[in-house]
Amino acid sequence: MGNIFAQNINNPMPKTVSVGTDLSCYHCGDPCADLSIRIEDKTFCCEGCKMVYEILNTNELCAYYDLEKHPGLQIKAGKTGDKFAYLDHEEIVGKLIDFQDDQFTRATFFIPQIHCASCIWLLENLYKLHPGINAVRVNFLRREAYITFDHNQTSFRKVVELLATIGYEPAINLEQLDKPAKKSGSKSFTYKLGIAGFAFGNIMLMSFPEYLGLSHATEIGLTSWFGYLNLLLALPVFFYSSTEFFRSAWWGLRQGSLNIDVPVSIGIITLFFRSAYEIFTHTGAGFLDSLAGLVFFLLVGKWFQNRTYQSLSFERDYTAYFPVAATRKKGETESEVPLSELTAGDNLLIRNEGLIPADSVLMSSEAKIDYSFVTGESNPVTRKKGDHLYAGGRLVGAAVEVALLKDVSQSYLTQLWNNNVFEDKKKGVKGITDRFGKYFTIVVLLTAFASGIYWYTIDFSLAIQVFTAVLIVACPCALALAGPITLGNALRILGRKHLYLKHTAVVENMARTDHVVFDKTGTITKSGGDDIHWEGKALTTEEKGWIYALVRNSLHPVSMKIAKITESLSNQEVGDYQEIKGKGIQGEVAGHELKIGSESWIAGQMTEARSGASVSIDGLYRGTFLVSNQYREGIDEMITRLEPIPLSVLSGDNQGEEPFLRTLFGTDTPMLWNQSPEDKMHYIAQVQSNAEKVMMVGDGLNDAGALAKSDIGLAVSENIHHFSPACDGILDAKALPMLPQFIRFSKLSLKMVWLGIGISVLYNLIGLGIAIQGYLTPVIAAILMPVSSISAVIIGLVSTEMVRQKVFKKNHFNI
Amino acid sequence: MSAIIILIFISLLVAGGFLMAFIWAVKDGQYEDDYSPSVRILFEETTLNPNRNDQESDAND
Repeated sequence: MGNIFAQNINNPMPKTVSVGTDLSCYHCGDPCADLSIRIEDKTFCCEGCKMVYEILNTNELCAYYDLEKHPGLQIKAGKTGDKFAYLDHEEIVGKLIDFQDDQFTRATFFIPQIHCASCIWLLENLYKLHPGINAVRVNFLRREAYITFDHNQTSFRKVVELLATIGYEPAINLEQLDKPAKKSGSKSFTYKLGIAGFAFGNIMLMSFPEYLGLSHATEIGLTSWFGYLNLLLALPVFFYSSTEFFRSAWWGLRQGSLNIDVPVSIGIITLFFRSAYEIFTHTGAGFLDSLAGLVFFLLVGKWFQNRTYQSLSFERDYTAYFPVAATRKKGETESEVPLSELTAGDNLLIRNEGLIPADSVLMSSEAKIDYSFVTGESNPVTRKKGDHLYAGGRLVGAAVEVALLKDVSQSYLTQLWNNNVFEDKKKGVKGITDRFGKYFTIVVLLTAFASGIYWYTIDFSLAIQVFTAVLIVACPCALALAGPITLGNALRILGRKHLYLKHTAVVENMARTDHVVFDKTGTITKSGGDDIHWEGKALTTEEKGWIYALVRNSLHPVSMKIAKITESLSNQEVGDYQEIKGKGIQGEVAGHELKIGSESWIAGQMTEARSGASVSIDGLYRGTFLVSNQYREGIDEMITRLEPIPLSVLSGDNQGEEPFLRTLFGTDTPMLWNQSPEDKMHYIAQVQSNAEKVMMVGDGLNDAGALAKSDIGLAVSENIHHFSPACDGILDAKALPMLPQFIRFSKLSLKMVWLGIGISVLYNLIGLGIAIQGYLTPVIAAILMPVSSISAVIIGLVSTEMVRQKVFKKNHFNI
Repeated sequence: MSAIIILIFISLLVAGGFLMAFIWAVKDGQYEDDYSPSVRILFEETTLNPNRNDQESDAND
């Protein structure tokens, strides 16, 4: 392995940076505006990145930069301030930690920013930054860090702040407080799988004399001895590994439905007892090899189906979006209080970027609230003293004081979750295999009884043999594998294309999509990515400088956007600055009189309803900055490709964008504006009432009801590890244009499941033919069962791979 | 006759040993994160705090 890491610590290799305007930050890799922020030969894009580099450099942790190129995360410069003050609250911390003794505390942190080998390295070397950190272990797949620290030397809050300063701020939200960390139930499943595999191999080995017809050559004692040994090995398979199927079958029966695990369980039970009978009475070798093999293969199928995305959560509600604590103000004293302790009447202090935890009244004179995630309204709204503030809004700008009207759980937003669609959604899903299994079970039982009765008229013992043989051979091994393997592989292929589905039944539902409903804000437009452009004669650099100097004084969101595109280094004084309510801002820059504001105020007339800000210099109208929603790339082509499926657009926003959307969606597509979360949910229900399978594509909390109500709820997210509401699948925003291909892929995959089911039924018919005639021997069972299972697996994997090539081959959005 | 019984007994013992190893590996959490260890093995130094006390390290493992 050599000493490459060690060498690089002392002698960092110079990074290749392209010279010119395109300098990339040594820390995060973002382009740097200029060379002003630098240490030796390294350039940084901002003070934050430089600071992290300095911290790592002084602690000899620069190997961080050698494992991956530009591994860092851009962070905002400055101290975290009081942001984590609530972590001094013992009650809160008590719920967040895993374990504590008199010296050490151990806690699990969910850190969505973990993305590369350097992250693991840096986090696991955290003790070099603070001696109080004892050990850190990172689970990359779960994006979790398990940190043990000495709480006499440091504190929970300090650990979190330390993580935040180097760019790995853990996500701490209300959900983690309310619910204990999810326990991995998969361990017992892995045991079951391992034990079944172990028994399968050994029982087969011991059955070889039987297969090869050697039983007559060896002494009778040895054969029965092998039989007892097999039975011993089969005990854990029957009593432990098979419980997976028994439980599911029992659960299905109690719900009044026959799922595929019912015939599987009947088969397993019959196999076990008939084999035990044969072994004890020395009348045969039994079918224990088939039993162990069957359980093993089926568990492999289940494992394949359930291997979904560990680090993604599809069950989130508002608690995952809400912070853990808020700042309560009593008189002049401020204290951090857990959200659960807040009651109506409390006064809260909300800071910039802070969330309003419950419905309240604004006590400060003015506040700008960004409701985009909650209502779908794209621009922040201004609220005046005494106005009602709904929970879920995010404050933009200076800190304000609010008085709570309701408790957290009673707010308008949170009440959406009291609707029973969220409960309905949690009930089990019935896949194609289970629906088919119902008929299959009935047919098998009828056949078994019919043939049993037929043979009963001839010979009783033979009747029992045939009856059990039919149940054994009809055990739908290949059938139960076809669905999980095919759809499981389809799920993984979709995952590689950045569509992450909750489970395989979603693939089936997608194949049946009859109607697609889109949310506008954040789904087909970029969230927070409003486009602003200048309309009018091009501005000179000098003019840009003046405009920048003026808009810098204003906190209005449009001003901030203008500041972004006019940003210049010149720092000019603004004289006689005035903000005129409802109109705009004015001031004197470099001897020129500037006015920026509403079109009617500047130009004296309104051309059309559009949002933006006009500019006049020395009383002359100069042009207008227009704000329009920025649509995601490839949307137009996606809509054309989806065309055969009826579409709808729902928006919490106003009608401003309708003319443009009409050019995309055509005139027939229903478009509904100013929709509340409930309205959206009701619209889905209305479409569903025409017996249509509805796919809802949304993003925010305002879509949560609609996502839950729809048959396929897809949440679009720019960062899949960040918050997205409860849904059936998370779609990476950049893969949204591929939606038509996804639907087509799931349709073809479903056809492949039917192919697999057809072939497995064929095997069952062959087996039944043998069983009814009374010819089923352990050897035939031992051949038929694995052959049918393995062919089901191969067909499932190969067919989905072929479908993938067919659907995604010619596709220019290939990502 | 007796030779084969001894052989089978030994083979079962060996197989049982592997089963135990498997169960230990699952219990140890080796199947929970199959990515991080592949990266961790390439780190030059140990990522364990040299000052940490041993009792705690056992509790962690």
